Amino acid sequence: MQIERKMKQQREAHPGWASEIAQLPGCEKLFSCIQCGTCSGTCPLSIYMDYTPRRIINLVREGFQEEALASQTIWLCASCYSCAARCPQKIQLTDVMYSLKREAIKKKLFPKRFPIPVLASEFHKMVAKRGRSSEMWLVMRMALKSNPMILLTMMGTGWQLFRTGRMSLRMEKIDRVHELPHKSVGATEVH
Amino acid sequence: MSNQNGSVRIGVYICHCGTNIAGTVDVKSVAERAARLPGVVVSREYKYMCSDPGQELIRSDVQEHKINRVVVASCSPLLHEHTFRKAAEKSGLNPYLTHMVNIREHDSWVHVGQKEEATRKADDLIRAAVRRIRYHKPLEKGYVKIQADVLVVGGGIAGIHAALTLANAGKHVYLVERDPTIGGHMAKFDKTFPTLDCAACILTPKMTAVKAHPNITLWTLSEVTAVEGYVGNYEVTVTRHPRYINEELCAGCMQCVEACVYKQARFDDEFNEGLGKRKPVYIPFPQAIPQVVLIDPEACIEFKKGTCKKTCVEACGDRHAIDFQQKDEVKKIKVGTVVLSTGFQAVDPKKVPYYGYGTYPNVYSSMEVERLINASGPTGGEVVLRDGSHPKSVGIIHCVGSRDEYTNKWCSRVCCMYSLKLAHLIKEHTGAEIFNFYIDMRTPGKGFEEFYQRLLQEGVHFIRGKVAEVTDWALDKSEEGKLVLRVEDTLSAFVRRIPVDMVVLSVGLEPHADAQEVRRLFNISCGGEGFFTERHPKLAPVSTFTDGVFLAGCCQGPKDIPDTVAQAGAAASEALALIDAGQIEIEPNTAYVVEEACSGCQTCIGLCPYHAITRLEDKKKATVNPVLCKGCGTCVAACPSGSLRQNLFEDEQIFEEIEGVLDYAR
Amino acid sequence: MAEGYVYFPGCSLKSTGVAYEESLLTLFRLLDVKLQELDDWNCCGATSYMAIDEDSAFALSARNLALVHKSGNSQVLAPCAACYLVLRKTQDYVQRYPSIRAHVSSTLKAANLPMAADSVHTRHPLEVLYNDIGVNRIRSKVSRKWQGGPVVCYYGCQAVRPYYEVDKPVNQSRMEELLDAAGIPTVNFALKTKCCGGSLTGTIHSVGLRLNYIILKEAARKGAKAIVTLCPLCQFNLDAYQSEIRRRMKENLDMPIFYFTQVLGWALGGGTRELGLHRAISGTTLVKQWFSAAKEVAAHV
Repeated sequence: MQIERKMKQQREAHPGWASEIAQLPGCEKLFSCIQCGTCSGTCPLSIYMDYTPRRIINLVREGFQEEALASQTIWLCASCYSCAARCPQKIQLTDVMYSLKREAIKKKLFPKRFPIPVLASEFHKMVAKRGRSSEMWLVMRMALKSNPMILLTMMGTGWQLFRTGRMSLRMEKIDRVHELPHKSVGATEVH
Repeated sequence: MSNQNGSVRIGVYICHCGTNIAGTVDVKSVAERAARLPGVVVSREYKYMCSDPGQELIRSDVQEHKINRVVVASCSPLLHEHTFRKAAEKSGLNPYLTHMVNIREHDSWVHVGQKEEATRKADDLIRAAVRRIRYHKPLEKGYVKIQADVLVVGGGIAGIHAALTLANAGKHVYLVERDPTIGGHMAKFDKTFPTLDCAACILTPKMTAVKAHPNITLWTLSEVTAVEGYVGNYEVTVTRHPRYINEELCAGCMQCVEACVYKQARFDDEFNEGLGKRKPVYIPFPQAIPQVVLIDPEACIEFKKGTCKKTCVEACGDRHAIDFQQKDEVKKIKVGTVVLSTGFQAVDPKKVPYYGYGTYPNVYSSMEVERLINASGPTGGEVVLRDGSHPKSVGIIHCVGSRDEYTNKWCSRVCCMYSLKLAHLIKEHTGAEIFNFYIDMRTPGKGFEEFYQRLLQEGVHFIRGKVAEVTDWALDKSEEGKLVLRVEDTLSAFVRRIPVDMVVLSVGLEPHADAQEVRRLFNISCGGEGFFTERHPKLAPVSTFTDGVFLAGCCQGPKDIPDTVAQAGAAASEALALIDAGQIEIEPNTAYVVEEACSGCQTCIGLCPYHAITRLEDKKKATVNPVLCKGCGTCVAACPSGSLRQNLFEDEQIFEEIEGVLDYAR
Repeated sequence: MAEGYVYFPGCSLKSTGVAYEESLLTLFRLLDVKLQELDDWNCCGATSYMAIDEDSAFALSARNLALVHKSGNSQVLAPCAACYLVLRKTQDYVQRYPSIRAHVSSTLKAANLPMAADSVHTRHPLEVLYNDIGVNRIRSKVSRKWQGGPVVCYYGCQAVRPYYEVDKPVNQSRMEELLDAAGIPTVNFALKTKCCGGSLTGTIHSVGLRLNYIILKEAARKGAKAIVTLCPLCQFNLDAYQSEIRRRMKENLDMPIFYFTQVLGWALGGGTRELGLHRAISGTTLVKQWFSAAKEVAAHV
């Protein structure tokens, strides 16, 4: 049985980081949090997260960047907006989660080979290049780059989709690709 | 004392205020330069001008040097204008021949470290004042007599206590209450925190005292519909709505209720929060004051169809107290002061829809539960669900409609305590497992934290987390048929599902829906959240910016019964202070009309925020009521002919000040 | 009532959600309302693009709004809930945040497209049916009697939060009202806006699976025989994994998952194939019972 020391010293906190996050669009009310826990209570994914949404907000406020950005929480967020809709302080938690996802990628703190950031990255690459997503190809690339076992579990579903005419094998692309936004400097590969 | 330069003899006094001023402004040199200004006879600097020796300086200069104008360069007039005016008066000068120059808040405190500039600024300000004061005229204070009668609006515990305090002091009080009985919200409670006193037991003696008191005129089912006048002389119109019963004749025997053609009570009982039923003729509750029934014209057959047997009239017999012809009665009264104690309304739990009030039958508001718990309530004190069974588990949710951007941002102050109280009482009545869900536990009063400890010892669950939703969603048999609360238990660090039989929503306190109309009637302000605004949040919590109108109780902000009674006593005593003084002084910084110059254009009348200007119909000219005038200067600025002027802000005075402060005057 | 709308299909409606497109076009045709697909539309970005790059995500979505504007329209219909939300959010955030506006503006300029992100209004077909066409018109066009059991209406997340134009914030009821006008019986349940997990069924499968299991189970517990939904990902999640749920949870759940456009279209006389009803993965027995070609005729009112 592993015994671990869990004391958190103030030198581990990043002063000023919370203010940086609070400047981002949608994150303005970050400091108003009264830690009531409504967000975690209503979040359908909170029971699967390592830190509940409420705890993430406090980690950000206290400047514990590594814990917040390396968490599974921000990736498990399904953007259902239940938290933002119920928060008594009207904190737009979903926007906070998106901001933390982007920070996690910038600082390379996301869990490696975790399917969700891989999916996001593959989606982004595909759409940035071609202007449309092709679901089947997207799922394949995501699985190959994170956990190939996923493909095996999806075989049954794949067959059903094919049978009912709901699977498109085309690689979609728009005509005027030059009108798409260029891949910005911030976006990095996630492998 | 004329205005001409020759006979004006000015004394200039520059205060060090310890180091507050002297630390930044070179007061010695300022005094030296001030001495050389035209009209200045003496120029001194002193450590603390507001002290006795400081004021004595002024007095002795008036004696010896025949000073007839006083300029004090020190702090803000808000602090000491009164002090120096009084000092001048004691020395035999008209108090309005003084003027204060603020070289602290306007100079030394805001230019710390800039000694040269601050000193120069002090010179400029004093020079301006010295020029101005040559044009000051002696002015007399006005006096307004205060009529002794008092109007108390709202008959809850605040109004009752204020009325009794005033009546006991020998003043005549009109107590006007909108409901058919006095008692307010407190009459509905079962027990009060933290002592668990029975609310009715402590309230009803005060209610009967009100009824019995020879100095109190009690008008229920009545509303104030118009207010005119000013402090000391308010003319109030009260409309008394008909209860269709002659109050003098009714003996409160309730035979009419017995005899009513409706054998079963069928209409929603307001006093019991709609949980019980009443008949068209009813008394709100057994200890209602006045002990008189009333008839609801929306429910009574005689009113709706005109064909009732009127068994009630028959039962009333010789007393003949029932009068279907009763109409609104308009009363006009004259009072000197008003105490507003109109109370609060509880937040409607439908405003927080994800708690399921109205969707799921067994979600209750706290007010409804107070009636269930009360032995004289609709269930005789049995805490039961809608189907009559007893709950085995109860969830009490704090902060419903409080601390919430979607409903009310403030904390309603009493809900944590009353939630603890309800937890105790429900447990006592039913033995159920109780869960209180809170964000913070607010127990600031005397005995409050100890009450919380008592509840902790009683084994009530305290879960720190705001319930996210109340649904009937059941994951397994243990949850079926129950209301499931999903909440993050932040202290144990679990997200939990807790099935309960009954949910109690601890709703917050908010202003009445018509608070804006009421405050307009009395010409006072409301804050952004809708509660009536006190004159100063710390130092003047019961008076308002409208002289003669006082506030008591939750209409000024959410508070519990001890604080309400304290505030009611304070409001009564401030009203008494006014009444016993018999008159109040009116500052003469008011506007006045130079009749010859007034063209009767009426521009000023609509502009006055205090309705202080009226038109003299015979002369067709404007006139200013100095009692209502607050000296804001709006009319003076707007008057096209310049016939409106303001004492202490005359044109010559202002122009001299401007000239004095400009660079080239140095 | 509008004469017609330009509509934005989104990537899902061309693959897993093809039945949504089929039934949407059929339903609107039966209501005499024209729908024109937006030319050369691009992917809205959904939730994934925003996770990588915020400014570009809004710019990506804004291109679609610009194209709508160029086509001479000021409104666009977005049936997919995620597309609806992204377009609607772009419209809002471009107005509220100068930094986002600046980036979107420069991207559109570089692409020679108009800056119309804040003047084009995004709408969802549910609310268009409710507000523009109206419950009464639908009732008047009903030509078939419902042959099936009671259904629950499942709204999902992104169409009903955080913007409240499609329906009210809590206790949503517009889908029920439309179905009621078409003679389709509905039952209420507490999970009508509980997230289906979105893409989680593809990434963390066990989590996504359970989120769908609880919705199916509660719907059944309340007596519903089918679920009616308005989002292609919700429909896919609830539809595609029921056999696996039966195996793992050992529960007998087998429910058809319809689009509201499918059931309304059927009530208004649409054919089973043109409504995409043959594309169901689960609940196929019930689908055959309620919607066969024979039933198309027999249920005529």
